[in-house]
Amino acid sequence: MFRRNFLGFATAGLLALGLTGPLTGSAAAQDNFIIVQSTTSTQNSGLFDHILPIFQDKTGIDVRVVAVGTGQAIKNAANGDGDVLFVHAKPAEEKFVASGDGVSRADVMYNDFVIVGPPSDPAGVAGMSDVAAAMAKIAETESAFASRGDDSGTHKAEQRLWTDAGVDVAVASGGWYRETGSGMGATLNTGTGMSAYIMTDRATWISFGNKGDYQIAVEGDAKMFNQYGIILVNPEKHPNVKVEQGQQFIDWVLSKEGQAAIADYKIDGQQLFFPNAS
Amino acid sequence: MESFSAILIEAIGLILSWDPDVIEIIMLSLRVTLTAVAAACLIGLPLGAIVGAFRFPMRTGVIVAMNTLMGLPPVVVGLLVYLMLSASGPMGVLGLLYTPTAMIIAQTILVTPIVAALTRQVIEDLNGEYAEQFASLGVGPLDRVLALLWDARYSLLTVALAGFGRAVAEVGAVIIVGGNINHVTRVMTTTIALETSKGNLELALALGLILLVIAVIVNGLLMAIRGTAARAAYV
Repeated sequence: MFRRNFLGFATAGLLALGLTGPLTGSAAAQDNFIIVQSTTSTQNSGLFDHILPIFQDKTGIDVRVVAVGTGQAIKNAANGDGDVLFVHAKPAEEKFVASGDGVSRADVMYNDFVIVGPPSDPAGVAGMSDVAAAMAKIAETESAFASRGDDSGTHKAEQRLWTDAGVDVAVASGGWYRETGSGMGATLNTGTGMSAYIMTDRATWISFGNKGDYQIAVEGDAKMFNQYGIILVNPEKHPNVKVEQGQQFIDWVLSKEGQAAIADYKIDGQQLFFPNAS
Repeated sequence: MESFSAILIEAIGLILSWDPDVIEIIMLSLRVTLTAVAAACLIGLPLGAIVGAFRFPMRTGVIVAMNTLMGLPPVVVGLLVYLMLSASGPMGVLGLLYTPTAMIIAQTILVTPIVAALTRQVIEDLNGEYAEQFASLGVGPLDRVLALLWDARYSLLTVALAGFGRAVAEVGAVIIVGGNINHVTRVMTTTIALETSKGNLELALALGLILLVIAVIVNGLLMAIRGTAARAAYV
């Protein structure tokens, strides 16, 4: 009797399991998709939500975006977990291609970095356009600065700028220099919470919903240029790469139509990304 | 920052608007978590019952291991499953990374130790009461385990709910192996993380409230089943 009751119980459990649907859902049925390893700035700003439907309607290819920091995106792609890499750290991208993980790299678009700060402006940098001088001032006054600290494209650019400014942030880590080790949005949330200066790409800043009373303090330096590039993951090294569909996506992003779609994306009338494919 | 009543109104509005995207996310959350909990029960219940009901060498070691694994950090499980399923990993050929199946695997690994460890405790206590009777009736090992599991079924329901709570609330594992891909692997917790990082704190909290309501409904349903079954048993 024990056994019969228990088997009934187990059968009911299995039925419930069956009702939850096939494990992979429709994924197996439609194989017409690519995985793009990309960064949080392109995702969080809403750019992908704007341009991907246009591409999908045209080609029927479903583009699945994994949005992580550039450092992690490159590592994932180097493991072969993705067909296309769409990030913003040119030196690291060129290394990715040189190591044979990527086929070739193309410029897609750019925007720029800005430093945002609290209205009290403890370092007195508001309105400056010389980023090296502004960062030196932040260091000198030991004003709180929240860094990504996550090896992302923004973090790498920030590191370069500190070096330019002649500041060694490693010694200040934990003091006025605070590394959150998280994405751009999380760092903005943390940074604004502790009245710190934060360097962010302009697209994420414009679309960020928790600005509080923060404003852009430093902008307009040519050194704060932020270039995005796109790379097909190399099928010779990673045979599972969907070359045809991946290349089709890259070609479209670089085409007149794709570039126009990028330029077309605006929030409150402000253009977030500026296409510059050659 | 808006007031909590505004957040509450936003949450209710989200549910009432029956936004297909939100519904899709809720359904995927339930599908992933319920499947993972069911799989974890299929493994964890018999495993916990066997360890609870019998004496064997190294038993204490097994119990310590099960109890320790209850504290597995989700991020670590996510990384392990990522390394297994990555195209350059041992199971890369299966192409499971960034699918709901990968998320189910990760959550199953996360929940199984909880189910097994708690089941072990429940069954061990019950076995203490039953041991003499089993011996006098000459009950075989399989019937022993099945009888213990059956008689402990209501306590084990709570065990399954503990596993459900862990799985439905975790974000660390599913965001790594699922990738939080829109319309494919985006679940409640990864959506909350995403909206928080976008600075949409009210929307994130509203989604959190919905998640809580779902947990209440699942718990309530199971308790109702338990109540009905218990009444039927004593009629």
